[in-house]
Amino acid sequence: MADFLMPTLGADMTTGTLITWRKKVGDQVTKGEILAEIDTEKAAIEIESFHTGVIEQLLTKPGDTVAVGTVMAIIREEGTRSGQVEAEVEAQVKGERKEQPAAPPPPQPRPPAEGERVRISPAAKKLAAELGVDLSTVHGTGPDGAISLEDIERSTQTMGYRRETSGTEARPPIAQSPSPIASAADAAADKQARMRQTIAAAMTRSKREIPHYYLSTTIDMGTAMAWLTEDNLRRPVTDRLLVGVLLLKAVALALREVPELNAVWKGSDVIQSPDIHVGVAISLRGGGLVAPALHQTDRQPLGKLMKNFQDLVKRARAGALRGSELSDPTITVTSLGEQGVETVFGVIYPPQVALVGLGKLVERPWVVNGQVVARPLITASLSADHRVTDGHRGGLFLAALDRLLQEPGKL
Amino acid sequence: MRRFNATPASGPDRIRDTPLSESTFVGAGIGAALGGLRPVVDVMTVNFSLLALDQIVNNAATIRHMSGGQFSIPLIVRMATGAGRQVGAQHSHSLEGWYAHIPAITVLTPATVTDAKGMLLAALNEPDPVFIFEHAFLYALDGELDEAAFSVDLSHAAVRKPGHDVSLITFGGSLWKTLEAATRLAEDGIDAEVLDLRVLRPLDMPTILVSVRKTHRAVVIDEGWRTGSFAAEVSAQIMEGAFYDLDAPVARVCSVEVPIPYPKHLEDAALPQVAGIVQAVHAVVGKR
Amino acid sequence: MAAQTEEVIRQTVIRVLGEIAPEADLATLKLDVSLRDQLDLDSMDFLNFVIALHQSLGVDIPEGDYPKLATLNGCLAYLSSHSHPEV
Repeated sequence: MADFLMPTLGADMTTGTLITWRKKVGDQVTKGEILAEIDTEKAAIEIESFHTGVIEQLLTKPGDTVAVGTVMAIIREEGTRSGQVEAEVEAQVKGERKEQPAAPPPPQPRPPAEGERVRISPAAKKLAAELGVDLSTVHGTGPDGAISLEDIERSTQTMGYRRETSGTEARPPIAQSPSPIASAADAAADKQARMRQTIAAAMTRSKREIPHYYLSTTIDMGTAMAWLTEDNLRRPVTDRLLVGVLLLKAVALALREVPELNAVWKGSDVIQSPDIHVGVAISLRGGGLVAPALHQTDRQPLGKLMKNFQDLVKRARAGALRGSELSDPTITVTSLGEQGVETVFGVIYPPQVALVGLGKLVERPWVVNGQVVARPLITASLSADHRVTDGHRGGLFLAALDRLLQEPGKL
Repeated sequence: MRRFNATPASGPDRIRDTPLSESTFVGAGIGAALGGLRPVVDVMTVNFSLLALDQIVNNAATIRHMSGGQFSIPLIVRMATGAGRQVGAQHSHSLEGWYAHIPAITVLTPATVTDAKGMLLAALNEPDPVFIFEHAFLYALDGELDEAAFSVDLSHAAVRKPGHDVSLITFGGSLWKTLEAATRLAEDGIDAEVLDLRVLRPLDMPTILVSVRKTHRAVVIDEGWRTGSFAAEVSAQIMEGAFYDLDAPVARVCSVEVPIPYPKHLEDAALPQVAGIVQAVHAVVGKR
Repeated sequence: MAAQTEEVIRQTVIRVLGEIAPEADLATLKLDVSLRDQLDLDSMDFLNFVIALHQSLGVDIPEGDYPKLATLNGCLAYLSSHSHPEV
C-alpha cells in the first residue's frame, strides 16, 4: 500500500484544494501518471502519482482544502492482494497513518467572541501586529492551541482560503491592495490577490532571512547572436530558438562549475542539488508570476530545451503546471529585458540560494582588440545568499557564464 | 578524579586534615582567608554543607560588606552535588540553586573536564568566596582536557551545541543528558541549542536571552526540585527579558518533588532523564 | 478571391492573437501601433504568433522579416504578399 499525499509545491505552500480526481477507485495508475488536479494559491497544478498500482481509496473530496502531507488516496501497489486479507492490512495502514505526526487539520478559524482573549504567544502577537494580521482568522497550532509564530506566517500565505471559508469579513492584510476584494464571486481577482499574498510571503521571508549580495557583469553577446541567427536560418519556423534558451543553457552549465549556487537552504544547512533544475520566472498575463522548473536544464540539447521551454510557458499561462515543476527548481532565472530593463537586482526565492537576472540585449559601443565597435550586450546579474557563498564564488559563476556564451556552438 | 594526592608538591604544611565537622572546617577556612591565605576547603558533599550554612551565609558572604571592604574572604569551597548513584535521600541533594540565592559569592557548576580544572584555577584569583559544585556523576566520565584552557572564564555561559528551534538551558550533571536529548531531537527534525550555564551566580543572562530571542522557545533542565529551583529563576528572567520573543511558555524539567528514592527504578523516575527532556521539547515546539 | 483571402488572413491574425493574449480586447486594436506594446507580447509570444501564422497560412517567415510583422497593418500586408492564393 502506498499513500498519495498532498504535495508541497514550493516552500510557501501549506494547504491545497483538490479540484478533481483524474482516476476513480479501482483504476490502474502508473508512476508519473497524473492522478489529481490541485489548486494552490498560485495555480491549478496536475499532480503525478509516485506509485504504480490500483486506486484503493480516495480520501479527499473535490473542493476539500487539506494541509500539505495529508493522505489523499491509497494506492495498492502491484504484488499486494485486495479482498478480505487486505482489509486487515488496510486497518493496519490506517492505524499507522493515525500515529504519523498528524498533518494539521485544515484551518478552522473560530472568531473569538467579543471580549474573549485570543490565546497567542507573545512573539506571534508581536509579529501579527507588525504584519497587520487579523487574529480572528488565524487557527492556533502551538502549545494548548495557542497561535504561534508559524501560524502567523502561514496565515499570511493562506488568507485567501480563510476568507472564503470563514464567511466573516476579514480585514485585508497589509500586503494586499488597499481596496478589499470585492466579492467571493470575483474569483479571478481573488485568485490574483492570493497569488500576491504568496509572493508577498515568499519575498518578505527572503529579504528577512537571506543576506543577499549582488554582482553583475556585462556580457558581449555578439558571437552568440551571430551563431543564433545562423542556426535559426537552418531551422524550420517551428524549431527556431530564442536567445533566452541559450542563456538558460549557459546558466545551467555555469552552475556545474559553481554548484554551491545550485542548492536549497534547509534550517541551518545548505543542501546542494545533484540535478540542475533551473526555475524560469514567467510573468502571467494579468499580473503575478510563477517560476517553474525546466528539468535537467544542463543536460538538454538546445532544440529540446526550446520545446520544453515553450511548453512550460504555455502551460504556466494556462494554469496547467505539474507539481514537480513547482517544487523542483534549484535556482531561478528572471529576464526583464523585454521590458527594457538593463540590470535586474533580484530577490532570491526561498529556499533557493541564488537567482540570476538577465537584462535587455542592447547594442552599445564595446572595445574589441583596441577598437570601439557596436556589439549586442547584456547585463547578467547574480543575487546570492551570503550564508552559502561568497562574492568570489559568485564572481566565478558570472565569469563562467560569460565564457560559455562566447562559444555558443558548444551549448 | 575528584581526589588527588597534593601532598608531595604542596608540602604537608599546606594540606590539613580536619575533624568531620563542616561548621568547624569551613569556619577555619574563612579565618585563614581573613588572615591572608587562599584556602581551598573540600566539604566533600553538598548534603552536609548544610551544617556549615551559618559560616557560609552569615560570615563568608557578608564580611566584606559588613567591614566596609576592610576584609575580604578569598575562599574556595568545593563539594560534590547531585543524585543518581543510589546513595539514598540524605546523600542525593542538588542544592546549588540554594547557594546561588546568596549575593556576594560566586557559584560555579563545571560540567566538563576542562571547566573542572580551569574553574578551580581561575577561582584562585577571585577576591571573594567561590563555591564549586561538582556533580558526583561526572567523576566517572572521561573527557578531553583542553590543555590550552589553563584558567577559564568565570562569567559566561557556553553554547555547547548551536541550534535554531529551541534553547535547552542546563548546567552541571544535566548537561550530558541534555546533549543526548538534543541528538535524539535532531532525529525528529528539531534543531536544539544547548546552553551550559557554567556559572549560576552571577548568572549570564545576556547569553541566555540571545539564544531565546533566536529560538523563541526555552526548556530549562535542572536536577533540583522544581519548586523554587534554579530553573525557576532562569525561567523568570527569560520572561522578564524576552517575553515578546517567546513563542511558547518556558518549560522546566526538574526532579520530582520527593526525597530522592534509593531503589534504582524509583531514583531514575525522580530525576530528569533524556526521554523527559525530549518530551518537554516536543510539547513546546508543537507539531513538526 | 483576393478580398476573401485578405479577410481570411485578417481573421487568422486576430484568432492567433486572441489565443496568445486571451484577455485583450482585439476589437480596439490599433492598426499602426506595435502589437508587442499593445498586447504586452514577449519574444516567446511573438515566436508563437509566427509559428501559428505559419501553420495556419503556410507562410514561411524568416527571422529577418519579424520587424515587418510589428503592427497589424504590417502583418496584413506581409501575409497578403507572401501567402498562396488558394489559402
